[in-house]
Amino acid sequence: MLIEVNMTVNGRAVSGKVEARALLVDFIRDHLRLTGTHVGCDTTQCGCCTVHVDGKAVKSCTMLAVQAKGKNVVTIEGLASADGTLHPVQEAFREHHGLQCGFCTPGMVMMGVDICRRHPNADEKTVRHELEGNICRCTGYQGIVEAIMDASAKMAGGRA
Amino acid sequence: MGQFGIGQPVRRKEDVRLLTGKGLYTDDVHFDGQTWGVFVRSPQAHAKILSIDTSATKAAEGVVAVYLGQDLKADGVGTLITDVEFKDLSGKDMFRPKRDFLAIGRVRFVGEPVAIVIAETQAQAKAAAELVVVDYETLPAVGSTAFAASSDSPVIWEEHGSNVGIHWENRAEAEIDAHMAKAKYRASVDLVNNRVVPNPMEPRCAVAKWDADAGELTMYAPTQGGRRIQQGIAKIVLNIAADKVRILSPDVGGGFGIRGKIYPELGVVAWAARKTGRPVKWRGDRSETFVSDYHGRDQINHAELGLDENGKIVALKVWTIVNCGAYFAENGPRLPINGGGRIIPGVYDIENFYFSVRPVLSNTVPTDTYRGAGRPEANFLMERLMDAAAHATGLSRDEIRRRNVIKQEQMPYRTQMGMVIDSGDFVGNMDMAMKAADWAGFEKRRAESAKHGKLRGIGLSNFVEPSGGRPTEEMRIALTPDGKATVYAGTHSHGQGHETVWAQLLESFLGIPFEDVSLVQGDTKTAPKGSAGTFGSRSSWMGGVGLQRSAKRIVEKGTKIAANLMQTEPSAVTFDAGVFRAGTTSVTIKEVAKAAHDPKALPEGVEAGLDESYFLERDPEEFNYPNGTHVCEVEVDADLGKIEIVNYIAVDDCGFVLNPFIVHGQVYGGVAQGVGQAMTEQTVYDEDGQLVTGSFMDYGMPRAHHMAMIDALFNEVRCKTNDLGVKGAGEAGACGAPGAFVSAVCDALKEFGIRNIDMPLTPDRVWQTIQNAKAAKAA
Repeated sequence: MLIEVNMTVNGRAVSGKVEARALLVDFIRDHLRLTGTHVGCDTTQCGCCTVHVDGKAVKSCTMLAVQAKGKNVVTIEGLASADGTLHPVQEAFREHHGLQCGFCTPGMVMMGVDICRRHPNADEKTVRHELEGNICRCTGYQGIVEAIMDASAKMAGGRA
Repeated sequence: MGQFGIGQPVRRKEDVRLLTGKGLYTDDVHFDGQTWGVFVRSPQAHAKILSIDTSATKAAEGVVAVYLGQDLKADGVGTLITDVEFKDLSGKDMFRPKRDFLAIGRVRFVGEPVAIVIAETQAQAKAAAELVVVDYETLPAVGSTAFAASSDSPVIWEEHGSNVGIHWENRAEAEIDAHMAKAKYRASVDLVNNRVVPNPMEPRCAVAKWDADAGELTMYAPTQGGRRIQQGIAKIVLNIAADKVRILSPDVGGGFGIRGKIYPELGVVAWAARKTGRPVKWRGDRSETFVSDYHGRDQINHAELGLDENGKIVALKVWTIVNCGAYFAENGPRLPINGGGRIIPGVYDIENFYFSVRPVLSNTVPTDTYRGAGRPEANFLMERLMDAAAHATGLSRDEIRRRNVIKQEQMPYRTQMGMVIDSGDFVGNMDMAMKAADWAGFEKRRAESAKHGKLRGIGLSNFVEPSGGRPTEEMRIALTPDGKATVYAGTHSHGQGHETVWAQLLESFLGIPFEDVSLVQGDTKTAPKGSAGTFGSRSSWMGGVGLQRSAKRIVEKGTKIAANLMQTEPSAVTFDAGVFRAGTTSVTIKEVAKAAHDPKALPEGVEAGLDESYFLERDPEEFNYPNGTHVCEVEVDADLGKIEIVNYIAVDDCGFVLNPFIVHGQVYGGVAQGVGQAMTEQTVYDEDGQLVTGSFMDYGMPRAHHMAMIDALFNEVRCKTNDLGVKGAGEAGACGAPGAFVSAVCDALKEFGIRNIDMPLTPDRVWQTIQNAKAAKAA
């Protein structure tokens, strides 16, 4: 049996019919064809599928599509400004070589934004701890941690 | 050199695309009318297949087809490749077990595919795959490396009569014994080089379609350059010409050596697309990659070193057992022999070297190339042995190394195995790393840590790792009429930043602005015919020099066109920074590119276009030799067995550095994989051959909190055997890290008399080792 779901994704109202067991990530990738959100595991460990649901970082493989009914979802495609200006976290990843193959990157960036929002001027220890649920195999995390620390400082400065 | 030229820390071109979700990975690709394939895999480590009943599957909703190994075989599909040949000292060939694309009659490891079910949707294919009934007769299994080599072990290939594929030796052992007998000091180690699962973040995936009219197959899959896979699929699976198979790998989520293989799943998906006449997609999940991606490492080593009264090495003997899994994969036994074994003496001047390798077959996933491919194992072994030698001679760990490293004045240095190390400053590497790590001030820090109840240790590791991989590569540069350049490459960037580095090279070689250079890669149709791919830390050399020479041809032809435009002789024309000059007149490469496409502007006898390739071929036995010294400093909480890395210095000689920003990234990532192996990663099989660590829940991938900020430094010595002076960079980190890390931890625990702990140094293992040492002391 298919169930009707509707939600806001990247500021746009979307709807679709999904199986009850469909995960939010299935809806995002297969139904909406927003393929920036990736699937890197099947046990909620890697964080490649991280999106924002009502402003919080959520692993979209760990939530059913029907649970996102009526919610506000932002994926990696919705993070930069409409004119293409990168979000400070995206910009910091570029500046600090926070990505290599790019596969974990969308999840890392979405998690990074969440960390920056909750931890202004985040220190290294906090960032490393907060990244426990996101795995990267390429970078040794160095550029990722530097990028999030830098963005966190810049975003805190911007708010002040 | 300009802001975007060679040697500059240029930010990456590919990043904006990848940061905004616009990458294109295989799972993002769908073909119209596509079906879904799901593999039925063996749950048994070792069993006879008595029968396979697919009747319920075929009747299930949405099922298009079910295929077994026999179906492929009947259609002329061959067996997988083992691309190595070795003979023992008596001239006897290595045993070469044959592997079918889908197992026939027998399964030999958990996860081995026995059938593919194809249905309209993935959910239907998964449900129908559950209905395949395989009747297995369980056989005794071999799960561990040591057991596989023992005489008590069940034999998994009866026709060979042993699990040992070959007993390979570089020479007669007795020849070295005479030298060993003269040693004043002896040191020995027994090591386990733990099996790891490479785990690129993108799980394996493939989607293929067959064009019956053209007789052509198109397949997307994550590869490290599709050329070998194209050739293998064409020849072994489809029995068609290679140019009728097109392999595309637009963006690939990590390689690390394991992506370049002709995996059974690729062959089956390709074949099924032709057989069904419908596109077929297979999306592996992480649980599948754990049991189907080739694994890495998995060695047991015993090694002995003899030293004279001055601490100079007089003889080295090494015995290695390597677990190659159920079949010899493409490179299987190459890794401990040609890949890494022959470089075991490493940066040290060792004349008398014996080594023996026994590649064993077991009921586990086959092992193949993983970042370093035999060299991290070799370097780790040698560095543990040098620490043991320090203990045996009473010299410090750095002094014993200094007395034995190959000096710059000895280069080019021919090793006992015939490899020629052209360049490197091994003493300088140690000096630079130890200075940056404030090695001299360590004891003060140790005392400081002790005040806080922590045990502090410092360790170092030297390494050298022959790089270059396969000896041929072809690169192509084509200029458009508006003066922009496209690089067509068979090298493949899956994180290495080629889009950026190739553009830097062209800006330097041709004066074409960085932003006007684009890269076309990941497509066997556009890749030059003679291209191979990216593995073995080879692209800067084989691709970089290939581009340099292609660029030279562009300039040569451009000179003729420029001479015509300036109404002078080509011999009067010079080229620099994008400008052709003759006396006081000049034309830019942009103007020349335009003229090249205008028949009216071309001199007689010159073909239209500015499009040049270069096929680079080197001696297969010629490599470059990236090297370095890593220093690691740790704090250990002895009550918890928990290790924290508090400082890490990586000194690398990667030759001439094309982009330090990107090379640093390669070092950081390599170190994390080395630290991962040494600290957290362990592939566990139980005695029945069941994989216990089959997901990220059980397998210890290194996380952000395991790592510390790495201070990466270059001790650049340009390579003398290639025009650019480059050396490989991709695998160095993984070579240096395990030795430095384990040395540091053992140094921290020296008060307990602990001299070695087998990797991975998990809290449990460290704590237990401390308890055992305490108990032994008390007894």
